[in-house]
Amino acid sequence: MKKVTVSLQSELANTSPERIEANNVSKSFTTDRGKVLALDRVSVKVGEGEFLCFVGPSGCGKSTLLNLIAGIDQPDSGQILANGENITGPGRDRMVMFQEHALFPWLDVMGNVLFGLRLKPGLNSKERREVAKYYLHLVGLEKSERANIHELSGGMKQRVALARALAPNPRVLLMDEPFAALDALTREHLYGDIQRIWEARRKTIIFVTHNVREAACLGDRVLLFSPNPGRIRAEFRIELPRPRDINSVELARYSTEITTALKGFTSGQGKEVSE
Amino acid sequence: MIHRIFTVAFFLVLLVSWEVASRSGLWSPVLLPSPLNVLEYMWQATMDGTLVTSTMVTMKRLLLGYGIGLLFGVPLGLLTSRFRILQDTLGLLALGIQTLPSVCWVPLALLWFGQTEAAMLFVVVMGTLWSVLIATSDGVRSMPPIYLRAARTMGSKGLHTWVNVILPASLPYLIGGMKQGWAFAWRSLMAAEIFVTILSGFGLGQLLQYGRELLAMDQVVAVMVIIVAIGLLADRILFSPWERFFHKRWGTGSTN
Repeated sequence: MKKVTVSLQSELANTSPERIEANNVSKSFTTDRGKVLALDRVSVKVGEGEFLCFVGPSGCGKSTLLNLIAGIDQPDSGQILANGENITGPGRDRMVMFQEHALFPWLDVMGNVLFGLRLKPGLNSKERREVAKYYLHLVGLEKSERANIHELSGGMKQRVALARALAPNPRVLLMDEPFAALDALTREHLYGDIQRIWEARRKTIIFVTHNVREAACLGDRVLLFSPNPGRIRAEFRIELPRPRDINSVELARYSTEITTALKGFTSGQGKEVSE
Repeated sequence: MIHRIFTVAFFLVLLVSWEVASRSGLWSPVLLPSPLNVLEYMWQATMDGTLVTSTMVTMKRLLLGYGIGLLFGVPLGLLTSRFRILQDTLGLLALGIQTLPSVCWVPLALLWFGQTEAAMLFVVVMGTLWSVLIATSDGVRSMPPIYLRAARTMGSKGLHTWVNVILPASLPYLIGGMKQGWAFAWRSLMAAEIFVTILSGFGLGQLLQYGRELLAMDQVVAVMVIIVAIGLLADRILFSPWERFFHKRWGTGSTN
């Protein structure tokens, strides 16, 4: 970075990543077909700076748990803690990236990245722009800051969404199948980017996916969920050096192992999960 | 460029056929004035001030009534969209009243307010308010809920969400509603002016009605042309720039 002010420097300095803990969390929804237990007494511990992946078929509660951690929803019972404190609502320390980019079409790229920054106290407008530029640069979109959202490709939109989520410098990044709607080539690029950014910005990342290989590529740990009721069934530690290549043979070994376990839990429902 | 030529040619042909038809003597000139007669009346009425005064009187009523309609219609529409109880009550009422042609308000307005400016205004407001309310409410409700969730996670709430998310997200619909409201206001005012004579000002509608009473067909047609011209101009000045901006930003429709 060239010339920066003091507060800008502190803004771009790494915040310490956060520890997340869910204890005996249950959550049910009422649908047309009756009550669904999306999460049944689920407990998770996420370490500081850990990259954790939630994997499972649809309806297994992985996104529900993410929303609870985000503070968008409240659990029926049990508690969720961020650094030992109860999560009562959304917070700037926990930013979310959605499957649909959720960018605001009435703002341009810069405006979208500034949206969260404007809500963060302590920065003047020049500093906010500097911060936004830094993150647009980090995701490789510094040249598109004036572009309208509809002019971007799907991959670029998710990059902007990533920059927008990173800009307020959250300690936790919550990603809800962010690459599911993208083509394979674009996805592979983003796997590299997200690993690079994770290491550069030291975040705790929780990444929800139904793609086992994606989870093995990104996660330090992979948690396997199964539906009806939503539970965590198994845990895998991925002991591979980074950056990881999604096409590597070692990675395939892990994803086969996870897929086999998954098929055991969800016989008949395993089709929804891609290897 | 080629589009312009077609446009100009079309209207030229229309005008020439009109002139030819009126000169053919098949119809009485009282019933079918030539375009030149109409133009002559416009010139004359502009010079003696009749046309200018009437237009001003009408525009004042229109803008005032339209403004009041927006002032209440937009906020009520926003509230209706967010609260189920208002949707089931006010929203339903608006939907019902909107189907009532605004000229139907004229008898009631006359009985309530007499032959006054207030009666005119009342009719215009009734013509505007409900359609704007419904368009606004529909617009907000068609907003993808993901915007609200995304905004919440970034710390937006309350008034900030209204101003920075809900309002801009529904702006394209709002402009659509305002445009429709404008058309309704214009229609209801003309109906009111034709039906009601009031001494505080003679608007375009009244000028049109006098034209009929005096059998001055050139006046009738001239006023009609002016009414159309004002409608078109308003669309170009008030709404088109916005619509073009939204098309560009949102990437909806073509920009040319």
